[in-house]
Amino acid sequence: MENYLILNTLNFPILSLLLIVPVVGAIVAMFLRGDTLLKFWGLAVTLVTALISLPLWTHFDQTTAKYQFAELRHWFPALDLDYVVGVDGISVLLVLLTTLVMPLCFLCSWTYIKTRWKEFVIVTLLMETAMLGVFVSLNTVLFYIFWEGMLVPMYLIIAIWGGARKDYASIKFFLYTFAGSIFLLVAIIAMYITTGTFFIPELMDQSYSFAFQMWIFLACAIGFAIKMPMFPFHTWLPAAHVEAPVAGSVILASILLKMGGYGFLRFCLPMAPAATVYCMPYLLFLSLVSIIVGSYLALGQSDIKKLIAYSSVGHMGFVTLGIFLLNDAGIKGAMLQMLNHGVTTGALFILIGIIYERTHSREISDNSKLGMFMPIYVTFLGIFSLSSLAFPGTNSFVGEFLVLFGAFSKFPLVGAFAILGAILAAAYMLRLMQKMVWDDSDGHVPHGEHAEERKRLLFDCNFREIAQLAFLTIFVFWIGLHPTPLLDMMDSTVTHLIHQIDVGSVMPEAVHHGESHALLENAGTWIKNLF
Amino acid sequence: MLNTIFIPEISLMLTVLILFFMTLGNFRTGTVQAVSLVLTAITLVITVASIDTHGLMFYGVYQLDALSQLFKVVIVLGLFLVFMLGSGLIGIEEKLHTEYNMFLAISAMGLMFLSSSVELLTILLSLEISSYALYVVIPFRRGQGRIHVESGIKYILFGAVSTGLTLYGMSYVFGLAHTTYLSELQEIMPGLVATQPLAVFAVILVMIAFFYKLAMFPMHFWAPDVYQGAANETSSFVATVPKVAAVLLLLRFVAVAGVDITQVTWVLATLAVLSMTLGNLSALVQTDLKRLLAYSSIAHAGYVMLGILTADEMGMAAAVFYVIGYLLMNLGVFYVIYNVSPKGENVTFDDLKGLSRRSPLLALTLLVSAFSMAGVPPTIGFIGKFMLFTGALHQGFYALVIIAVINAAVAAFYYLKMARAAYCAADSEKEVIVLPFGTKILGTFFILVIILIGVLPQSLLAAAKSAVATLL
Repeated sequence: MENYLILNTLNFPILSLLLIVPVVGAIVAMFLRGDTLLKFWGLAVTLVTALISLPLWTHFDQTTAKYQFAELRHWFPALDLDYVVGVDGISVLLVLLTTLVMPLCFLCSWTYIKTRWKEFVIVTLLMETAMLGVFVSLNTVLFYIFWEGMLVPMYLIIAIWGGARKDYASIKFFLYTFAGSIFLLVAIIAMYITTGTFFIPELMDQSYSFAFQMWIFLACAIGFAIKMPMFPFHTWLPAAHVEAPVAGSVILASILLKMGGYGFLRFCLPMAPAATVYCMPYLLFLSLVSIIVGSYLALGQSDIKKLIAYSSVGHMGFVTLGIFLLNDAGIKGAMLQMLNHGVTTGALFILIGIIYERTHSREISDNSKLGMFMPIYVTFLGIFSLSSLAFPGTNSFVGEFLVLFGAFSKFPLVGAFAILGAILAAAYMLRLMQKMVWDDSDGHVPHGEHAEERKRLLFDCNFREIAQLAFLTIFVFWIGLHPTPLLDMMDSTVTHLIHQIDVGSVMPEAVHHGESHALLENAGTWIKNLF
Repeated sequence: MLNTIFIPEISLMLTVLILFFMTLGNFRTGTVQAVSLVLTAITLVITVASIDTHGLMFYGVYQLDALSQLFKVVIVLGLFLVFMLGSGLIGIEEKLHTEYNMFLAISAMGLMFLSSSVELLTILLSLEISSYALYVVIPFRRGQGRIHVESGIKYILFGAVSTGLTLYGMSYVFGLAHTTYLSELQEIMPGLVATQPLAVFAVILVMIAFFYKLAMFPMHFWAPDVYQGAANETSSFVATVPKVAAVLLLLRFVAVAGVDITQVTWVLATLAVLSMTLGNLSALVQTDLKRLLAYSSIAHAGYVMLGILTADEMGMAAAVFYVIGYLLMNLGVFYVIYNVSPKGENVTFDDLKGLSRRSPLLALTLLVSAFSMAGVPPTIGFIGKFMLFTGALHQGFYALVIIAVINAAVAAFYYLKMARAAYCAADSEKEVIVLPFGTKILGTFFILVIILIGVLPQSLLAAAKSAVATLL
């Protein structure tokens, strides 16, 4: 087991601390009283967690694909379960995304959440542990525990502090995701029965029969596709996003959706490579549908939050497209898109939260002509809208460009359809920006008393709001203009992953009619024959 | 030598005797409860200390091994928790409080005897001791109306029929094997079960009384009405402690039938599937919380049967672990039910509204127990389900596990309803619930135990595995 891991050499168990600090913070919060104290306590705990996670960036070894900062402890010998945690190129970036976004959740909820701050702090901190646990677990059961364990806090966040239809949205979210991940549990147990281990790197190294791989792939894929969300399992997302409070939407968009992609990269691709290659055409098709349908539906929305929610479906379509292209550019682009989407869409939800606190409406028509009254706000709105539509110079451009490059180098037709989705993204985002900032369509300019009233309502951003948005803007431009550090961090892992897929999909019994090496070519011909 | 290994039973018998003498007098509820708690605590300590005893008593009908001692601890723990949970006994007629405690203790005593019985007639005897005490206790409910009497009659009639069927099965077993000792049956029956349909029929019939106690299809009809009609404290005992003993006996009988997959396995599998599906689907539409818990326990009986029928070490240990976790989870929910109804009446979802504001501890206990029953990590219920699925898949029961998994997903909805009612439905009219200190301790105990064993299940799992090893 140790030959997959590079054990932790820092003075403190960094990954375990990352998991424990929020839980301890939640327990302490049970005994605190007073909203202000609780707010600062939540912020402090998340900031401490973020600080603790910084060595992951500085001390990360980019040359190896092994799991670093690893810790190995006995947990449950009766079932061969050990407590193993570690990070590699793909998970370290997601861990950093989580720890950096969580303080923003508290900052953006500062005046948004008005009641029951104690429960909010406890639930959000438990949520952070669960999300971090998903990304660092190297043991399938531990992964599953955190994966499912995150459902209860998210359910409570939506159901207690949510909008008008929070009941419907929270139950739909919980049941949909729960049902999907229960099949993941069966797949985990089936792999254990076959190989005798729960340890993820060892499971990746085994070669299973093609039929078994197909079952594993389908069972895992259901759970991850629902989480992603891929068309046609996306219907929970608009409901959950719209009804969740600001912090809930930020957590959902920035981090929860990435878990689906992470699951694909960790489970489906390396453990069932032959099945992945076989199912690649179908999944590429579903990704394209997600991109186009998501973007098209966003074009017709009048509710801002719903628009961003559907745009998330579209962006996640790009991520799955990149993943299932199974080449270097595709997977790196998908990873980068995950980070970009986390930053950009998180920021967009914070912006919507800010304006919702002013006007108490999510409709575009109620939130128009903001440029007249809130110049700082619309600056940020413009920056993040451009980022969302993948304008060159911003972070999403690099990610989408890599994905499209990967697409065009393999299946040009797929790339062409993806570009259609990118055009639609530009359409709805520019439409949103135009309507919210200017909206000259009716030519009506508020004047006199109406203008004064509007001015009082729409006071510009205060320091706290500017701080959050400025922090995220830094990432927009940094990743957009200088993405090399991030791409270098994922390099060895992605290369190793592609190697695992290439090796794993060239199996004697991989294709049931006897050819082995032609599997990839088969997929290509299949797609070509489709059109 | 003989006396020392029988001490836990003697301790419980002394408890019963002392309570019996107290019924002759006229004591306050507080005194009776304190005495019951102290005596049960002493019994618990003694039983835990005797967890390693081995022996064969009473001409070989009474066997103490790792399995029986573990279950005795669980039974006495269950009794202790039920006594502690029902502090004040607000649902029971005032003048019957002492008798109530005595009968519960007699029932637990019968269940203790049942854990160690390894001969058919002794099993029947212990079964009847525990059942008769419960038959009497079901109608002990304060209040107008006759729903509790109806529940009592249903319980007796069903119990009598199921015991009759078990006797019928036992007669066939004796006729085929010419012995009533389980150890001898374990050598003869596997061969018979593989070749003679009558043996399959006999084994299944013998198990009927334990299906009844476990509330498994087809002997589940009593559960919703009895849970709903009996007092909250009584339901909490009926829902948990007899099921533990029922699982033990079912494990013993399945071991008797043999470890290979036979016709018996297929019958049990069918009953498990029907139990799970019926329980889950019926629970979806319930509004009365105790009735919902009854249907949920029918479903849980199906899950446990999944582990029992595998007849190998992993599956049976999973069943033992699951039923212990089930006892704790269910007692957690009944604890909340008891404390939410000040006059001992039945609790519906409307009564739970605003619970998180009225009593955060009760709301948290309900949340943790409900999600544990749904199988959400990191609780004991999740580990139990995980182990059950592992054990069943290990023996190749793929279809069964898929059905169980789908049922678990369906069940999540009604457990979610409980949590939703407690946390999300706002209600500012009801007053705050003030809990006495002992009740708060009990609530914290439930929360801690459900989560801690969920995170660190090693010790309980090791105990379960060593217990089951005696069977195989």
